[in-house]
This record gives sequence, structure tokens and C-alpha cells, in this order.
Amino acid sequence: MANRVAVIGIGQTHHRSKREDVSIAGLVREAAQRALDDAGCTWADIDAVVVGKAPDMFEGIMMPEHYLAAALGAVGKPMFRVHTAGSVGGSTALVAAHLVAAGLHQRVLTVAFEKQSDSDAMWALSVPQPFSAPLLAGAGGYFAPIIRAYMRRSGAPNDVGMRVAVKDRLQALKNPYAHLHLPDISMKMVEESVLLWDPLHYLESCPSSDGAAAMVLGSEQAATVAESATGRRPAWVHGMAMRSEPTMFAGRDQVNPQAGRDCAKDVYAQAGITNPRAELDCAEVYVPFSWYEPMWLENLGFAAQGEGWKLTESGATALDGGDIPWNCSGGVLSSNPIGASGMLRFLEAALQVRGMAGEHQVEGARKALGHAYGGGAQFFAMWIVGSERPN
Amino acid sequence: MSKIPATRQGHRPVAIVGFSQNHSVRSDSTSNEVEMLLPVIHDVFDRAGLTKDEIGFICSGSTDYLIGGPFSFVTALDAIGVWPPKSESHVEMDGAWALYEAFVRLQEGDLDTALVYGFGKSSLGDLDEIFNLQLDPYTMAPLHPDLVSLAALQARAVIDQGLGTEEDFARIAARSRRDAMNNPFAQIKRDDDVATLMSEPYLVSPLRRHCLPPISDGASAIILAAGEKAFDYAEHPAWITGIDHRIETHAFGARNLAVSTSTAKAGAIAGVGEGHVDVAELLTPFAHQELIVKAALGLADSVSINPSGGPLSANPLMSGGLNRLGEAAQAILDGRATRTVAHATGGPLLQQNLVCVLEGA
Repeated sequence: MANRVAVIGIGQTHHRSKREDVSIAGLVREAAQRALDDAGCTWADIDAVVVGKAPDMFEGIMMPEHYLAAALGAVGKPMFRVHTAGSVGGSTALVAAHLVAAGLHQRVLTVAFEKQSDSDAMWALSVPQPFSAPLLAGAGGYFAPIIRAYMRRSGAPNDVGMRVAVKDRLQALKNPYAHLHLPDISMKMVEESVLLWDPLHYLESCPSSDGAAAMVLGSEQAATVAESATGRRPAWVHGMAMRSEPTMFAGRDQVNPQAGRDCAKDVYAQAGITNPRAELDCAEVYVPFSWYEPMWLENLGFAAQGEGWKLTESGATALDGGDIPWNCSGGVLSSNPIGASGMLRFLEAALQVRGMAGEHQVEGARKALGHAYGGGAQFFAMWIVGSERPN
Repeated sequence: MSKIPATRQGHRPVAIVGFSQNHSVRSDSTSNEVEMLLPVIHDVFDRAGLTKDEIGFICSGSTDYLIGGPFSFVTALDAIGVWPPKSESHVEMDGAWALYEAFVRLQEGDLDTALVYGFGKSSLGDLDEIFNLQLDPYTMAPLHPDLVSLAALQARAVIDQGLGTEEDFARIAARSRRDAMNNPFAQIKRDDDVATLMSEPYLVSPLRRHCLPPISDGASAIILAAGEKAFDYAEHPAWITGIDHRIETHAFGARNLAVSTSTAKAGAIAGVGEGHVDVAELLTPFAHQELIVKAALGLADSVSINPSGGPLSANPLMSGGLNRLGEAAQAILDGRATRTVAHATGGPLLQQNLVCVLEGA
């Protein structure tokens, strides 16, 4: 009953630690205009705008979408604001996609952003809250103990995280939009960087970035119009799913969250995938700290429990020579405009199956996974995109 | 032969089958957000006669800045107990837009039920400080206009354009407070006469204290069900026969503040004018805004506006719009009305508006 959804336009900014040359409106407009140009359409062709970003305290502006209505061409149109923690970029794309799937709109512009240099995310994540003990640790401090639990549980060697850090930064060198370009990256360089939260070194952590991501999602009809106007083929959405689990629940396994497994199961079923490693050509997965690659390899069913680190160690997840390349764009470890980081995963997956990923293209990619997570590894958003129109 | 009324925009029919709200209070100092939500969530499930396991999709609306910390919705989800994990989403908007997202999600036919909730503890901070952060951060926020002064500019535009008088504002406030005496959940319940209200000094001219909403802590929840399934949970489901929302520019100088073009557009698309309206529940927290929204929706003088007492009697931020949907639906669920209208707003001075038409069989 749901209508088919296509990704017909893609745009992103060059992600940097500080984009002092633009306002927030300028930043989002840059990504949105690129998406419109890619789709071969104008602002007038857009029926609705869906905006996502992580906590408003990351810029110090409450509900900034109100101030962005004009900059994003939304005046007189429906405008929507999603916030689901770190998964928000992915959730935002899904909310926009459902507007098309439900048959409500022909073309929806979806935009996610963060201008981290306007505030301080560590502060915003650590303010004392009424009725609860302050964490004062930021995201890295929260996830490090979970990573240590994974290491103990799987018996993974200590250097697996560092391998991910090196691999993703090498891949980022092939992505002109990536924030971090570290041509000299090496295991030694990662190991010698400051130990921030045991076992995470500085270079095993994502950067703080200013940046925006945008997509034009369209109906089947809009996809036909876009392709004939631009000659560029769309990416088709083959499955989309969200799952959330509670915070204070003793039955949670934060190393291998049930919500992530359920979400993957749902999205694979929709896309007809039974063996993700064999049937997907690549994946863009939310890995803000190096060790989350092996952990999510298991959670998402690319490896058996306790075996994820072996895939990383063997080079299976590398663009260069791997059978299931992860984060060819350089991933969150190379660019992290937080609210946009999830959408970048979704968007990069779409670029791959459109054959438009440039130097970091996986040759002949036909099906790809986009993934985002947030909160204390409790909110998940995923989609599968393909080069072929789904049945 | 279906008992389901036709939807105007070709939507799959979706109905509100349960609504629950807590008592709006100036400060619920003993509860955190989860504790505020828990009774409402339990009550709405009881009213609709279903459990969380039967819910296909969950969506909530809240804003971090009221609590002054990131992710206030994260722990709020614990009020539901989403185990096993659920398909769930959150909007940094009034719960009315969470309902819109859930309504959209139910259009695809794979899910039939949704839980929607909104919550806000307005008592925790200084609302003038907080809502200043919602203005254009480069050109407006640094000037630090407070909420009431901005509203006064809009009220002045209403008067100057001959669309209402200070006495009209007082009449609206008096009616709201009187109607609230019949609403156990309302906060300001009084039988005031207009002359007494008019004798109050100006707070910010032309606004007097009665033109302003109270500050409220509150939460509410709604259950949606699609198609025939709705009759499993309610005898008289309140069917969403039209719904739309629109936004205007943030630049106050580029708008006629006395007119709401976004409400008019959303109302026309939702089909407000295509039948009689028994009840209209409008999220117009300043008295003069009722005149603006009433005109934009083309509501006749015979329409009962905010019989619940409306936002001038209880103004829980982030659930206020959801309450309008709930109150408009409850009139149908109770068999008191057959066609009602709900309105919600977001952003400064009615920048963004949602309109929903609800119908009984």
C-alpha cells in the first residue's frame, strides 16, 4: 500500500571544525541548494521540509527551524522538526520518506545540520539535570565502559579500535567533503594520541564539526522527472525502520542492544535480505568511536556474536580490498556535524547505489545500508537503498 | 456500509480513540517528567482499553530547553516501558505535530495503532529567557524582547487594524475562565466580569494580566487507530477527516502580525469551512490570538470556542496543542459533538499552525 520512495537529490557541505563564513541559515542553505541542483528542481518544486538536528543546546538556539523557515524555502509549506538524539539525521530522513510513502507529497526536502562551533557539545551533554546524577562525561565517557565490556566479552585484541580509526581516516582522504584529512594516519599515530577515555585515544574519537546534509526525496513520478531532467538515476528506498528502547531498564544489553537487532531485522525483511554481508555491497554505519565498528558488525548481523572484530582485523570492512566495505566516506570518525551525521550515513549509502560516490565509490554497488544510533545506544534508524526500483 | 466518514484529502481514515491529560498546575514540584507522564499514559491505555503491546508506533513532542538539558524525551520514554523495543520517534515541537507524524505513519497500512504524547515542565526556568532563544539568533534574540512585549506588538496590530478591541480580549478571557470551571484539568477557574478585568492595569499595553496564559506544567496522551480497528477502542471514534500544517517566515517585519495566513491555508486544506463546526479548540495562549485564528479559520460566532477553558486557563507547553486535539476529539468521543476543529501553534507569534477537522459518524 505504501508508495515507492526515491532519493532524487543529494547535497552536503564541506564539513569543518568552524564554518565562520556562514550563518546557520547559510550552512543549511548550502547543502539544500546542492540537493535541489542534483534533483534538477527548484525551491518551488518542494512540497514540505523536514529538519533534524541534535539537542538545541549544541548551538544555543531553541527550535532553530523556526528561524530557518525562510532560508529553507518553507514559507507557506509544512515544516517539521525531528529530534531523536544522535540517530536524528537518520530519523529525519525516515520521517521525510514516510511523507512520500504515505502519498502525501511528491517532493520533500530533508535537511540535518549541526554548527558545533557555536556552542560546546561536551558542556551541553553534561549539564546537571533535575532528579538525576550528572554524568559530566560527554558521549565518550558514556560509551567507553560499554566498549570495555565488549572487549572483555569478545576477547578482541586491544588494537582493533585503532585499526578502525586508521581505516576510516584513509577512506576520508577519498571524500572531499570529509572534515578530517590526515594523510599521515597510522597505528602508531593513533596509539600515541592522548588517551581520552580508556580504551579510546583522541584519534579513535569523532571530531566536532560544522556541517549540513540534505536530500530531496521523491515519489516514483518525481524520480522519473528528475532522471529525465538530469540524466542521474535515483536511489530507491527498499526498507526503513526505527526502534527505541528504554533508558532505565535492567534487562538492556548496551553492548549489543535489542533495539538495534530488531531494527536491522525489520529493515532486512523489508528489503528481502537474509545475509547482509553477502547481499549488501557496502554500509554507512554510525561509528563515532572506533570500537563501534566491530560492535555494530555483530549487532547488525554482519558477523556472529563475538566475531565482529575478526572482520575488522581481516580488512573485510576496508574499501581497499574488503568484501563488505564500511564507511567508505570516512564515516562519523572523519566528519561529525552531530545532527547531520546520521543523515550523512543515509545519504552516502544512496550516493553509492547511484554510482556517484566519486573516489570512494564501491564499484558496482547496488544495495547499501544507512544506519544511525543515538541516546545511550538506544535509538536506532536504518534504511536500505538500492539501484533498482523495489517490487 | 461503513460508519467511517469520508476523509477530505484521500487519507486512510484514522481516528482519535482515547485522550488523557493531567491537571495543569503552576508547578508540579514533586514529579519529574516521567512521573508526570506515567499516570497519563496508564489512563489513556485504560480509556481506549488496550495495552502498550498493541501499539504499532509511538511519537512524542517536547523541548529540551524547558528542562535546560539535552534529551528530555530520552528518559520520558521510560514512562511507556518500551520493551521489547518499539518503533518510536520524537519531534522538538508541540505534541500536536507528534500526532501528525503518527497520522502519516498510519497511512501506509502496515500499522493500525499509535500512541502520541506531549509534556513540558514550564515551571523549571524563566520563560522569557528560554523563549528569547527561539528568535532569530543573529538579529532578534540579542535585542532580548520578552514574550509579553512581543505579544503586545501583535495585540496592538489587531487593534490598529480594527480586528478587535481590548474589551474583546477581556471577554475572551472571562469566557475562558468561566468555561474552565467545568474542566477539572484546568488551572485558572473564575467567574470574572469584563468590567473588573478591564480595570486591571496594563502589564504591557495593550495587554492586561488576563490577556496572558498561566504558566503550567502538564502532559497529555492520545491513542490513534486506523480504519475499522478504531471501533475496537471507542464507540464514537473521532475521525481525522482533514489535517494540515503550515509555517510562515520568522521575520516579524515581513508578516502582518494581525493575520495568520498559515492558519488560513492549513484550515482550507483541512476543510474547516466545508461543514458546520460544533466546537473549536484553539491554541491561542494570548487572548487577542483567538481573534486572529478565529478569523483565519472563518469560524462563525455560533461556534463554541475553547469550551475547555483553552490555553488562557491552562497552558502546558508542548502538550497544549495536543490538548486541543484531545478536547476536540473528546467532544465527539462523548457524543457531545459531531464535527469539531482543533488548532495548534508553534514558534513566536503564531508562526506555525496546524489545523485538524474531527468528525463523528
